[in-house]
Amino acid sequence: MKGAIKFLAKTEAVKKKIFAIVLYALQLKLNKTAREHDDFKKRLKEKDIVVQIKLKDNSCGRYYSIRDGVVSSKKGIHEKPDVAILFENAVVALDVLLPPRDYLATINAMKSFQIGLEGPEELTSWWMEMLCLMLNMGIEYGVDVGRGVKRYTSNTNGGPVFVYVKDGKIIRITPIEFDEKDPDPWTITARGRKFTPPKKTTIAPYTQVFKSMIYSPDRILYPMKRVDFDPNGERNVKNRGISGYERISWDEALDIVANEIKRVKREYGPGAIVNGSGSHHLWGVLGYWLSARLRFFNHIGWTPIAHNPDSWEGWYWGAMHHWGQSMHLGAPESYGTVEDCLKECEMVVFWSSDPEATGGVYAAFEGTIRRQWLKELGVQMVHIDPYYNHTAALFGGKWLAPRPATGNSLALAIAYVWITEGLYDKEYVEKNTHGFEAWKDYILGKEDGIPKTPEWQEGEAGIPAREVRALARQWGRKKTYLAAGGLSGFGSACRDATGNEWARSMVCLMAMQGLGKPGVNMGGMQQGTPVDMNFYFPGYAEGGLSGDIANTASAVNLYVRMPHLPTVNTVYQMIPRLRLPEAILEGHTIGYPTDPKTIEGQFRKFEYPAPGYPKVRMYYKYGGSHFGTMCETNRYARMYRSENLEFVVNQSIWFEGEAKFADIILPACTSFERWDISEFANCGGYIQHSFNQVNNRVCIMQHKCIEPLGESKSDFQIFNELAKRLGFSIMFSEGITELDWCKRLFDATDLPKFITWEEFLKKGYYVVPPPPESMRAPVSFRCFAEGRHKDTPEIAPLPADYTEEVFKGLQTQTGKIEFVCSSLVRFDPDDPERPVMTKYIPAWEGHHTKELYGKYPLQLITPHARYSFHTMGDGKRSWVNDIPEHRVLINGYYYWIVRINSKDAAARGIKNNDLVKVFNDRGAVICAAKVTERVPPGTVHSYESSAIYDPIGEPGESPDRGGCMNILTPSRPIIKKSHSIAANSCLVEVEKWNETDGGGR
Amino acid sequence: MKRWHLIIDIEKCENCNNCFLACKDEHVDNEWPGYAAPQKGEGKGWIEVLGKERGVYPFIDVAYLPLTCMHCDDAPCIKASKNGEVYKRPDGIVIIDPRKAKGKKEIVSSCPYGVIVWNEGLNLPQKCTLCAHLLDENWGKTRCVQSCPTGALRLAALSEDELEGLKTLEGLEVYRPHLNTKPMVLYKNLYRFTHCFIGGSVATIIDGKEECLEGARVTLTKDGDKIIGETKTDCFGDFKFDRLEEDSGLYTVKIESPGKEGKTLQVDLKKSTYIGVIYL
Repeated sequence: MKGAIKFLAKTEAVKKKIFAIVLYALQLKLNKTAREHDDFKKRLKEKDIVVQIKLKDNSCGRYYSIRDGVVSSKKGIHEKPDVAILFENAVVALDVLLPPRDYLATINAMKSFQIGLEGPEELTSWWMEMLCLMLNMGIEYGVDVGRGVKRYTSNTNGGPVFVYVKDGKIIRITPIEFDEKDPDPWTITARGRKFTPPKKTTIAPYTQVFKSMIYSPDRILYPMKRVDFDPNGERNVKNRGISGYERISWDEALDIVANEIKRVKREYGPGAIVNGSGSHHLWGVLGYWLSARLRFFNHIGWTPIAHNPDSWEGWYWGAMHHWGQSMHLGAPESYGTVEDCLKECEMVVFWSSDPEATGGVYAAFEGTIRRQWLKELGVQMVHIDPYYNHTAALFGGKWLAPRPATGNSLALAIAYVWITEGLYDKEYVEKNTHGFEAWKDYILGKEDGIPKTPEWQEGEAGIPAREVRALARQWGRKKTYLAAGGLSGFGSACRDATGNEWARSMVCLMAMQGLGKPGVNMGGMQQGTPVDMNFYFPGYAEGGLSGDIANTASAVNLYVRMPHLPTVNTVYQMIPRLRLPEAILEGHTIGYPTDPKTIEGQFRKFEYPAPGYPKVRMYYKYGGSHFGTMCETNRYARMYRSENLEFVVNQSIWFEGEAKFADIILPACTSFERWDISEFANCGGYIQHSFNQVNNRVCIMQHKCIEPLGESKSDFQIFNELAKRLGFSIMFSEGITELDWCKRLFDATDLPKFITWEEFLKKGYYVVPPPPESMRAPVSFRCFAEGRHKDTPEIAPLPADYTEEVFKGLQTQTGKIEFVCSSLVRFDPDDPERPVMTKYIPAWEGHHTKELYGKYPLQLITPHARYSFHTMGDGKRSWVNDIPEHRVLINGYYYWIVRINSKDAAARGIKNNDLVKVFNDRGAVICAAKVTERVPPGTVHSYESSAIYDPIGEPGESPDRGGCMNILTPSRPIIKKSHSIAANSCLVEVEKWNETDGGGR
Repeated sequence: MKRWHLIIDIEKCENCNNCFLACKDEHVDNEWPGYAAPQKGEGKGWIEVLGKERGVYPFIDVAYLPLTCMHCDDAPCIKASKNGEVYKRPDGIVIIDPRKAKGKKEIVSSCPYGVIVWNEGLNLPQKCTLCAHLLDENWGKTRCVQSCPTGALRLAALSEDELEGLKTLEGLEVYRPHLNTKPMVLYKNLYRFTHCFIGGSVATIIDGKEECLEGARVTLTKDGDKIIGETKTDCFGDFKFDRLEEDSGLYTVKIESPGKEGKTLQVDLKKSTYIGVIYL
């Protein structure tokens, strides 16, 4: 219709006439909607105002008087309307106003100042919202399943779900089982059998437990102010973490926050506001931390907290230099590997790889059935991990438990066996690699006089030499997949003092065995399913509605597919996340960026404060996870109590962790209480095509299942309320609601080609059909192994990063896998912490640091938790706390668990479920002991990411019985020229704890 | 008539606890009149996952046993309820009547499997209902089965004949059969939880270096010359005899390899045992 009207309206006069008709129709529509929908009527009654819509030259217009929920209108120009919308001319007006909505036309008109909006923010925002609501009234969503129960859909970090709601309350959350209309999954034929995954989704424990988290007694239901905080008087910052809170109104809270934003900018200049989030948030492309949050802060100018590549460290700072893969943070691409592995592979080595604990990432238990197929086929499995992990427990196979942070010695010893026994692919090494001879000399001891024999390795990693030889021979003779990390490049061994060298050696080993040849590749069936790689739906890292092209992956696809206003942070200052306490307490620090566009992105050292910028004075924190997830986290507690931080606001769902250190707390709601849209396990960005972990691609309409609890609001709405007070609400929201943003994003995907918005909104999900077998993505690295141009469906590396022809070879300078890294030769060839080829460098905290090791003889590892995801699922009185491997209830308190070998326990008089103090010079944590054979003597195991921080005395200075093991881990980076975490190099002692030694609750 | 059976494969259970959590999701804060009053939010649920480590470092394995109401045909809880507070439905499901059973704490201790939970707040004994309220609405499965990601839990409606066939085909067993309660919950690969193993590693010296000895013949005998099992060492020189009874007395392990002097060891088996590295 729009086209037809525009075609007919050839002259300006006709266009004006049509504009006038549209304006009249608007009054009719408003009143009709109000008559038919009480909710709308109620909203319309909120304001009695006059709104003018007109052309800028006043040649045509109509004004609307809204009185007690009824709209009357009059042709012409009002003298003093409360709100005015102005159009440059009738052409622009019709482009914007005629349905269907044309966001590109609207954005173009806004950027060219062809639309004007006049009036106070409060009223203009309200009016724009009314126009949206008018169009959305009466929409149908969810499926009626009888007995007053409606089935909605939602999505989480641990899988998509059906949500059953009755009388406005969630009664049930289940995995999604597809119906008969949904497409069948793929089938792989391998070794005479056919393998097909089930027609449903799996969910993680921390997803199954959402009902208890949504209705948690720890929810923050009202805005709160610390009782002894007075923004106009005494702030008592030393009492952060100690004093209690009082309920205040939203107006008071928002006024305080908005005034503080203005004040610090006025008093100190741009960049005095620092903001950071946890690594994760509740799922949803529009609601994730890379979306509304960036859009808001870019409008006020801010100092971002720069994230380290937290789960990838050694791959990013180390492995990347050998094979590029920078856009995957140094971890490998994974296309087609499930089919290749099922058909060809004879052995899988899981090395620091526990996909059963973490579901790769975001993928629940989708990979489990595929590993079960491998087991059924009799494919040999080996597990190298200081902990007898859940993948080893489920599938069995040889378990080798190296001393933590010594894995590189084991890798070098394997290489030694291959070299001395001729068990590697010499032709591949010759054709596809660079610098092997130099590394070979190092392995054989020609450089330093130490042959890296399996016997030498025994003194480091402690694996019997005969077992290393046996493993090396199996590996050298069998087509082997190396699963290094829970999904490739993700997890524990890369997060210790030798994490770089370990990850580097993983690449070198695979280079020796012919990476990319049939049956020889990276992964443990966690990635690489034959789903449709070409159907477009954005991951959260594409920035949602952020408009931030510089700091998200928005520019790749989403920005051009979903016209929206770009946003820019004008502050050239950032603080490395792991150095935030030093930045606040000492006033200066340095960092290296997580900039994965290219290998050299990580070399650009930055300083805080940046030239010409003030030190930060205000901290706007999003959630409260850092005590559990950063390193040496007593530092963070001390930081919060510093006079250097004049104001702290925390926007959080639950009253936990850092939320208890804020001056003002803004209550956010969960993703089940707001609109959003997303895909199962699709994060985009660093793990492009991460949905290739799932068996069925599922796009999800995240229904607003229930109203926000208490007075909590969505992050979008909180930011919009602040934006009203800071004069940029319309720029922030673009005048539309969250549901409209969902539709706008829906239109930007490939979904409209296959399902209407109405159907998607009602059913709640769409299963992307798998492609026919002939159209599946090729196997990663196969083209490289065969000397062909890159044929896998990704745009990494960027064209400029190829040395010869585009798509030919890898991202490295030689285009080959480099045993001697060109990038490191260029950057700092003499760095003893990161030599140009991988070498064995003893950990700076470990069995070679004699004095410390004498005092703290146990090595603590703290991998990603199993039943909780970062701080989600833990604490909050969630049901997860009652899982005996998660927390243990002792004397009425749920304690975090530390796992200790029976010999170490006996030597310390520790029995199962005894309370123990785990401690070192950095602090102490009270845990429940689990006496086990799943760790070797000398190693203790716990998980990171406790949501609860509960110091028994002064915050930052006393033992924590909440379970924040990261209080104990070192804050030292893996190497100085990095911004990295080395949490798994951590020496501790464990002793029995008498509960009466500390405070109670 | 077909009756409901819960079939649990120990080998496929990885202790994810989705069953425990799905049960909480279905029953906490939800009342299903006639079937169950709400479950407690905190503490023991109506299904729990028991864990068992076998062996000592570095030779271990781990098994998990989801434990819930066995819906026994000869249920002690039914016997303990004098006035029909607990009853068995024709489809096999055992239900504690949430109204009649108020205050009947003795029902809790009647269960030899310990799966009846006392709800202090409601003054009520409670347990798994096999999600009867859902099965009666053709939901087709229990919540624990629906959320189980590995196929470790299955729900099947089986006739007597079908049940017997499945028992033979899959080697299904009753957990703690000596209790004689005729459970309708059956386990596959139960030995992983209830039985033990004898494991070891065989090595030799070649050219002055220790090597794993692959292919060595290992024989397990008991009571003189009764052969319990025979196996060969794998590429790491490891061997394992499984499905042995705990506390089952003296065993003899004989290790032989061509051209080498064999070795014989005695094991007094209490629980799973790793006899260490044996050099030939």
